[in-house]
Amino acid sequence: MTEITMVEAIRQAMDEELARDDRVFIIGEDVGVRGGVFRATQGLFEKYGEERVMDSPLAELTIVGVGVGAALYGKRPICEIQFADFIYPAFNQIVSEASKMYYRSNGQWTVPMVIRAPYGGGIGGGLYHSQSVEAFFTHVPGLKVVIPSNPYDAKGLLKSAVRDPNPVMFFEPKKGYRLIKGEVPEDQEYTVPIGPAKVTREGQDLTVFAYGMMHHYALQAAEKAAEEGIDVEVVDLRTLYPIDQETILKSVRKTSKALIVHEDNLTGGYGAEVAATIAEWGFKDLDAPVRRLAGPDVPAVPFSHPMQEWFMVNTEKIANAIRDLAAF
Amino acid sequence: MPTKVIMPKLGESIVEGTVTAWLKEEGEKIEEYESLLDVETDKVTSEVPSPASGTILKILVPEGETVEVGTILAWIGEPGDNIPDEGKDIDHDDEPVETPDDKSIPDEAVPQKEAGRDEKLGYISPVVSRLAQAKNVDLTKVKGTGMDERITKKDVLKYLEAQESKTEAEIPIWETPADGDLFRPTEMVFAKKDEELPPQKQTTTSGVPGETLPLSPMRKRIAEHMQQSKRIAPHVTTVMEADMSRVARHRAIVNQEAGESGIHLTYTPYLLAAIVSGLKAVPLANSSWTDQGIRIHKHINLGMAVALPEGGLIVPVIMNADELSLVGIAKKVIDLSERARVGDLKPDEVQNGTFTLTNHGIKGSLFATPVINQPQSGILGAGTIQKRPVVVNDAIAIKPMVYLSYTFDHRILDGASADTFLAHVVESLENWQ
Repeated sequence: MTEITMVEAIRQAMDEELARDDRVFIIGEDVGVRGGVFRATQGLFEKYGEERVMDSPLAELTIVGVGVGAALYGKRPICEIQFADFIYPAFNQIVSEASKMYYRSNGQWTVPMVIRAPYGGGIGGGLYHSQSVEAFFTHVPGLKVVIPSNPYDAKGLLKSAVRDPNPVMFFEPKKGYRLIKGEVPEDQEYTVPIGPAKVTREGQDLTVFAYGMMHHYALQAAEKAAEEGIDVEVVDLRTLYPIDQETILKSVRKTSKALIVHEDNLTGGYGAEVAATIAEWGFKDLDAPVRRLAGPDVPAVPFSHPMQEWFMVNTEKIANAIRDLAAF
Repeated sequence: MPTKVIMPKLGESIVEGTVTAWLKEEGEKIEEYESLLDVETDKVTSEVPSPASGTILKILVPEGETVEVGTILAWIGEPGDNIPDEGKDIDHDDEPVETPDDKSIPDEAVPQKEAGRDEKLGYISPVVSRLAQAKNVDLTKVKGTGMDERITKKDVLKYLEAQESKTEAEIPIWETPADGDLFRPTEMVFAKKDEELPPQKQTTTSGVPGETLPLSPMRKRIAEHMQQSKRIAPHVTTVMEADMSRVARHRAIVNQEAGESGIHLTYTPYLLAAIVSGLKAVPLANSSWTDQGIRIHKHINLGMAVALPEGGLIVPVIMNADELSLVGIAKKVIDLSERARVGDLKPDEVQNGTFTLTNHGIKGSLFATPVINQPQSGILGAGTIQKRPVVVNDAIAIKPMVYLSYTFDHRILDGASADTFLAHVVESLENWQ
């Protein structure tokens, strides 16, 4: 086992999939010669050539449109949207074409495509390089939405996503690209299944549900709370759609208190779906109201540093929410 | 976690069901959607599929027992799984609402608290309320340590732990399915209903040799419905005859055109279509008696009595028959009667009829006095169609004739209005084109 960064784990996953299956190719802005703005595709252009690692024009609609067409033709495209903030021009291709193909052709056609996009703030990126967009896509049946929180899952889930016969939205917490390190087996092939959430820390007093960067912070906040005698369970949701109700409800049954954390805006965010699931199916297990901690309802993550700090959910804010809920 | 199997709600008005057979035994493995048991209601028999894959850990309700909808029938899980306490399940939607003043709580009555604000105890959370009810905890004796001294789940668990050393372990609820809150025998729940029925007179039992046939739920329900109908509605039967020449001709042409593959019409769809036209002309005949007044139904939902091969009968309903063509009705007749005979009707397909047709002529009966299927206001019986000499224009002609017996509720209809309806039916049949 070696400790590597998130972005290296993602690079390895694509490298291995390109080597395993020659139908796999990458398309995106600056993914080729430059190796990606976050270096997620570094070295792949040299290794696999321009037909398998393709620089696209600055046109997200084209990146995804080409991906849909190639996937229908039998290829396995990995489309990179340089920042999740830029995904909206491709929204129509994703929602109207990719997500519906299997359904509307009664299973005769599938779009085996992955769309990778770095998301999230706290990196001084300002309004257009910091957004969280997952909630737009967790509303769309026909898509799978995956957000890893650590290198091991990032690699295993991305490999599963490439092999999935239907479109997968793969959002990567860019703040964690180099910040989050973890062990990944060096010489052993593995995948992580799309679907199940994971209890990453066992506890009795309350459960924090989180994903991506916020899961990383939730584990840190749980450590802090433990020093104060609060026994926190942490669940990494990992796959947002389809939702893993069983793991969520099992944990609520055990702790009877739930805190849902995400960086995306509060209203209509993914936390609402988790909260509704708990209210609907776990009501009799609750010992406190379900709580959400999320980004404030403002149009974007601000650029000014103090304002960015005000926007971002962090370890201390999660720890405070844990204390409040534990005291209820 | 184990999955529970509950008595399904097999139709809108169904409140209980009888477990007629378990298709698997305790300890056997089963796949999700594989048939697990047979359930009989007063309307139909259904196979209930398994809600999960796994091993049948515990069967709680034995064959032959009738329980309320929502009752836990069995648990499915992995060997070694603990069966959860009553109420700890996530799947609450079909469970009867638990009330704090339920009479089946054992021992001395303990004041129960529902979730919500309580004047003295502060906020009672759902899990605290549930635990207190399940374990019979008097919450006034529990010290609260939560916000504003609210009683938390932990407080209840601590209290119970302290109590446990004092009292011997309770018998788990699933060990006593007949006593618990969930498993109350329906006789207790429905006791009054049964008492209303007059006691069965033991007339010739002693001395005369013979055997007693056990009453199936269907037999019981037929008896109940027929007895009730005769008791509440003054039945009057009026009879007319109809010349079926045109219908017979039409039917022959349609069936010839349909060839081998098409729908083959019987006389039943024609009779149903004629009833529709009669009911449209006399809406009063498509009604129900209520204490508030006579309810005229907006839609025409026609029941048709189907005799079952193993005895008894069932009345599947053609919903909105007034919106169907003759062929549309015919397709429904074929589909419903075929599935009725193999016991494959859905409960909702035997409900909400507004008028009924019974074809008693199949074995040669000429006319009859059928009993109204409550809460409808009438039933039309069709006798056998046979060629008879009739007088037409002072000459004797041979025509295919049928007697139509219409039994109506005299509270709602009088002879004149009833005969107007029946005359419309006859006219519709005789002038078929």
